[in-house]
Amino acid sequence: MEETRISVEDVSYTYEEAEAPALRGVNAAVRPGEFVAVLGHNGSGKSTLAKLLNALYLPTEGRVVIRGMDTADEQALWQIRQQAGMIFQNPDNQIVATVVREDVAFGLENLGVPTEEMPGRIESALASVRMSAFAESAPHMLSGGQKQRVAIAGILAMEPSILIADEATAMLDPSGRAEVLETVRTLNRRKGITVMWITHFMEEAATADRVIVMSEGEIALTGTPKEVFRQVDVMRKLHLDVPHMTDLAQSLREGGMPINGDVLTVDEMTEEVCRLLCPSK
Amino acid sequence: MQAAMPIEVRHLTHTYSEGSAFQATAIRDVSLTLEDGEFVAVVGHTGSGKSTLVQHLNGLLTPTEGQILVDGMDMFAPGADKRLIRRKVGLVFQYPEYQLFEETVAKDVAFGPKNLGLSADEIDRRVRQAMAHVHLDYDQYAQRSPFELSGGQMRRVAIAGVLAMEPRFLILDEPTAGLDPMGRDHILGMIQELHRQGGVTVVMVSHSMDDVARLATRLIVMSKGQVVAAGTPREIFRQADMMASIGLGVPEAARLCAALRGRGLMLPEDLYTLEELREHLLRLWKERGKA
Repeated sequence: MEETRISVEDVSYTYEEAEAPALRGVNAAVRPGEFVAVLGHNGSGKSTLAKLLNALYLPTEGRVVIRGMDTADEQALWQIRQQAGMIFQNPDNQIVATVVREDVAFGLENLGVPTEEMPGRIESALASVRMSAFAESAPHMLSGGQKQRVAIAGILAMEPSILIADEATAMLDPSGRAEVLETVRTLNRRKGITVMWITHFMEEAATADRVIVMSEGEIALTGTPKEVFRQVDVMRKLHLDVPHMTDLAQSLREGGMPINGDVLTVDEMTEEVCRLLCPSK
Repeated sequence: MQAAMPIEVRHLTHTYSEGSAFQATAIRDVSLTLEDGEFVAVVGHTGSGKSTLVQHLNGLLTPTEGQILVDGMDMFAPGADKRLIRRKVGLVFQYPEYQLFEETVAKDVAFGPKNLGLSADEIDRRVRQAMAHVHLDYDQYAQRSPFELSGGQMRRVAIAGVLAMEPRFLILDEPTAGLDPMGRDHILGMIQELHRQGGVTVVMVSHSMDDVARLATRLIVMSKGQVVAAGTPREIFRQADMMASIGLGVPEAARLCAALRGRGLMLPEDLYTLEELREHLLRLWKERGKA
């Protein structure tokens, strides 16, 4: 059985003409079907890591292995890019065609997928992101969240096993964000697609299986959301937020109320406070 | 006679591409007033008309119907001095850093004041002051290319360009969109200082109810091109059902407060900040200890 879908081994990366490396000795292993959130402020190395995962960049030192394929192996390049699809921050920069269906077809043409196979793949990709009704629409008439879903469909049509999202919700409004995250969550659960979800939104990271926190080119923390966010002081030092409810839990504890430290959501906080204070039935 | 409000929007309607197949009315019969010293947040779903509304406040868009009065002067009346109005009302667009173009930060910030025909000394004073307002050290950044800076810093340069016009009203359309938490905190802290210490009246379009809860003195809630509610954060956030009906949330503290009240906990119904919720919960906990 495949144990590791993404393996990052002692990876360092230095941009051309840069003095300091953007990544230093990074090690990470991602299991098939895992949903991993990557946090870190700008310049922490998150995006560099993302670009190493589908061979947009090659490590200066160490190696990145995607489903057993080393990203430095030129022979495997197209297979790696087909396996590990990537979506970016700006919905407007990722759409190339003037009709949604053609935009989804674009990647397939590049992969050399037989023409008779294409309509089926496109239909199924659009259905997976609930955009079938918009197949003939012009992308510029869509909302930001819808455009991101079309971009995701373009990747899904290539039948990847990994989706890398580099701040895919940063430019969306709250409902667009929820719609894109929910779409990717569903793909992760139903199709077992492994997800690397780079984000600045702590609430999004709180729903991941695992969180990796980057700082100054290194992995500063890793663990389940509860394990990571309970370290409120460390997160603060890294200039990162913690979810509001985790913050409140900590300040209540400091005020003498024995609230459990692993609270992330409003529902969990409601249960915790009720355990201590609600009238018994 | 009643004194005129600093900014009055009267029965404003805006229709894009009027007369064409793409005709769309973005806002319909909106009336509101803005007073000196306020920090007004404009909230609403995407497409609710927020950006269209604020782009009228400095005359960037012209109303299809209705009027906008700044200090009693109708901005769109024939012969109105639009330049004077633009000096009073500064507008920071969404992603304003896309519009930086000069070779150096100082030149970019100086662009507006230069167009006003001010003296070199006055321009220099304004550039230094505007950079100080956005926390960019003059000696360190003035001669650098804006394009070498981080996204958050570029945005601060763009905001400094608006501040160099020394506006009395600062209108910002989603000033933190796309920034990381540090960049967000920095921009919001800076806006708060301008409001509290600089005496600038702020109108901010935002999607973050938690930011709005912390900063705004008044909220304007828009839906489908109309103002559906206006009031203090406390008045608005107690109406969680109304907000949900137009696709908006309330701050997490307000949601927690409602959930706990639903479970029988004696809390006031209008708490909306984490700080006040903390105070109330700790008081209940202490009373429980004594009982």
